[in-house]
Amino acid sequence: MSPSKNDIISRLQKDILLWQGFSAPAAGKAKGIGLGPLENAFPNGVFPTGTIHEMLCPAPEQSAATAGLLAGILASLMQHGSVCLWISTSRKLFPPALIGFNVQPHQVIFIDVQQEKDALWAMEEGLKCEGVAAVIAEIREISFAQSRRLQLAVESSKVTGFLLRNDPRKLGTTTCVARWQVSPLPSQVEDELPGVGFPCWQVDLLRVRNGNPGSWQLQWLDDGFVAVDEQQTETLLDNNRMAG
Amino acid sequence: MNKRFVSLWFRHLLTDWLTLRQPELKDLPFILTTPVHNRVVVTATNLLVEIQGVTMGMPAADAKAIVPGLKIIEETPGQATKLIKALGEWCIRYSPLVAADMPDGLILDVSGCVHLWGGEHAYLKEIVTRLRSKGYDVRGAMADTAGTAWAIARFGKIKPIIAPGMQANALLSLPPAALRLDAIILERLQKLGFYTIKNFIDMPRSVLRRRFGQELLTRIDQALGNEFEPLELLCPIEPYTERLPCLEPIRTATAIEIAIKTLLANLCARLQSEGMGIRTAVLKCYRVDGRVIQADIGTNKATHHTGHLFKLFELKIATIAPGLGIELFTMEAPKVEEVEPEQEVLWSPEGCSLEDAGLTELLDKLANKLGAGNIRRYLPQERYWPEQSIKPALSIKDKPATTWRTGRPRPSLILNRPEKIKVTFRLPDYPPMLFIYKGMVHHIKKADGPERIEREWWVDNGLHRDYYMVEDNEGRRYWLFRSGHYTDAESAWYLHGYFA
Repeated sequence: MSPSKNDIISRLQKDILLWQGFSAPAAGKAKGIGLGPLENAFPNGVFPTGTIHEMLCPAPEQSAATAGLLAGILASLMQHGSVCLWISTSRKLFPPALIGFNVQPHQVIFIDVQQEKDALWAMEEGLKCEGVAAVIAEIREISFAQSRRLQLAVESSKVTGFLLRNDPRKLGTTTCVARWQVSPLPSQVEDELPGVGFPCWQVDLLRVRNGNPGSWQLQWLDDGFVAVDEQQTETLLDNNRMAG
Repeated sequence: MNKRFVSLWFRHLLTDWLTLRQPELKDLPFILTTPVHNRVVVTATNLLVEIQGVTMGMPAADAKAIVPGLKIIEETPGQATKLIKALGEWCIRYSPLVAADMPDGLILDVSGCVHLWGGEHAYLKEIVTRLRSKGYDVRGAMADTAGTAWAIARFGKIKPIIAPGMQANALLSLPPAALRLDAIILERLQKLGFYTIKNFIDMPRSVLRRRFGQELLTRIDQALGNEFEPLELLCPIEPYTERLPCLEPIRTATAIEIAIKTLLANLCARLQSEGMGIRTAVLKCYRVDGRVIQADIGTNKATHHTGHLFKLFELKIATIAPGLGIELFTMEAPKVEEVEPEQEVLWSPEGCSLEDAGLTELLDKLANKLGAGNIRRYLPQERYWPEQSIKPALSIKDKPATTWRTGRPRPSLILNRPEKIKVTFRLPDYPPMLFIYKGMVHHIKKADGPERIEREWWVDNGLHRDYYMVEDNEGRRYWLFRSGHYTDAESAWYLHGYFA
């Protein structure tokens, strides 16, 4: 009996993933980084570490939301007291905020550079250093060739890189494994309670290599991400309508 | 800094030493002799013999005639030198700069050492009593110059410590021999009736030079402190430097690389044997046209790893302009520290901590290209004012002294300078209903606050801030504050940060 077409296709897809460096997690070793349903968008359902992610932040509010989501991801990447580098030309990140996302702010090394060129150089050097948990760089423009250099650096060292594209002018093709966009959503509070609730975001995966782009709503509770279920959102919208 | 010297004079160096080795000699008159031109000459006497008038250089036969029952021992050549060196090395406990003063003395540069023994008196007393208790008949003196200390140790009669700047007074009543002069000059001075230094020290220099030569003037100047006197140290402190002269002027980057590698290999080999590591290093390239090009590097942690240091210098090669060629390279390590030996780990933990060697090397590299001031790490500070709540860590090993405060939410982005906004709010301290920032109106739906943060009145005075965390109708969260009470004339509203 010959295997069905679907089996062949799925096997071929697995092979392609393998060739591209996405090996399926070994049994028992599969551990998420707490992003919940969003991780299913990635190949094999695993958040790809050892690659470069690109995050778009056209407005400062979105930068703030991205920093929050990123801090939540870093919390699981930096679990064992390891260090991450934060490279930027005009840094606005407020280190004490990171403790709210379970990241020890003194484990983050900030590198302030004058030019984007230096930021890219510093990022490449950082990505070559094995054992750094992550390298984050705030870079406005990046060309395909530049992103390929970064990709080559991470391929041997398995460090995860994040490109924060603040106010990008044009979005070209890059080698990044995923393109994210995070926007703030109204926080959800229990009925009638005053005050601002937990941070809540709309996370859009605009492009995922070998994965499924999509849109999710996430909330950061005290120690992890929680997906906002549809029903809650609907009631929230209703509330808004009533308030408006 | 004012220099101070101690001169030690061992009056019976060899005989004291022999008495220590052979205690039965203690009460015997004995001399040490050595054959010179078919005669046997006295080279050392002990105290018992000396008081009976036997002097050095006297034929042994004469000495035997003067002192009945004299014991004659043949001297081992080079013994005095060996002994002085050994005593000098013992004296390093008192000062790192010890010089042998042949044939029978030591000179110690004790600048900055005496306070450790509680003053100059206690210091000198300690050295002299320790040596005397061992059995050496020693005299010591302290002065601003090695020359004066030498003179006072041998000829001084009043007090062994000469106050700073008082060399001339102390020397006046001493014989000319106190100036460490040649026998010929001494004889000539004696012949002319100059029995003490005060007889001739004020004479015009040209006259003294004509009669006695330059040596006398040099010795006077050295004793008074007008001329520098180099000391031949027993344990010279070598600076961490390496030189590499080139046969032909060097112009290419490859050649400079080779030069740096050679220098580093030599320097690091020495550092490694001493367990030290480089914190800063300076490479100087001496060009044919007389200009000196300099390149410096710094490291976060002391290291003698040649490969890593070379990588740091490699970044600087582009800044070295060889011009017509470089003929000499020198490498100095002005700041060295002890290297902490790295501990082998049985299994490598996931990720690396701040102490990881790979990370420090990366930071060195970044710091040397981007400037060390541009690499920061922050520690919590026990202050509430948001701008003051963090402080930069001083070194890679700095650990937070306090924990990070988690009680109040803090914005993930903060503006360097709070920016003014237009606000509609209800009196007295309700959160704003809407605010306008950069021409955009934000209708506020949810708010927390106020959180009042007072100024640190002992540092600066000004208005306090009432912070509000607000969320607008689109879910964007901001950190706003009003400075001062709403009744204050200068009270104003500002946007200070963005929440995640």
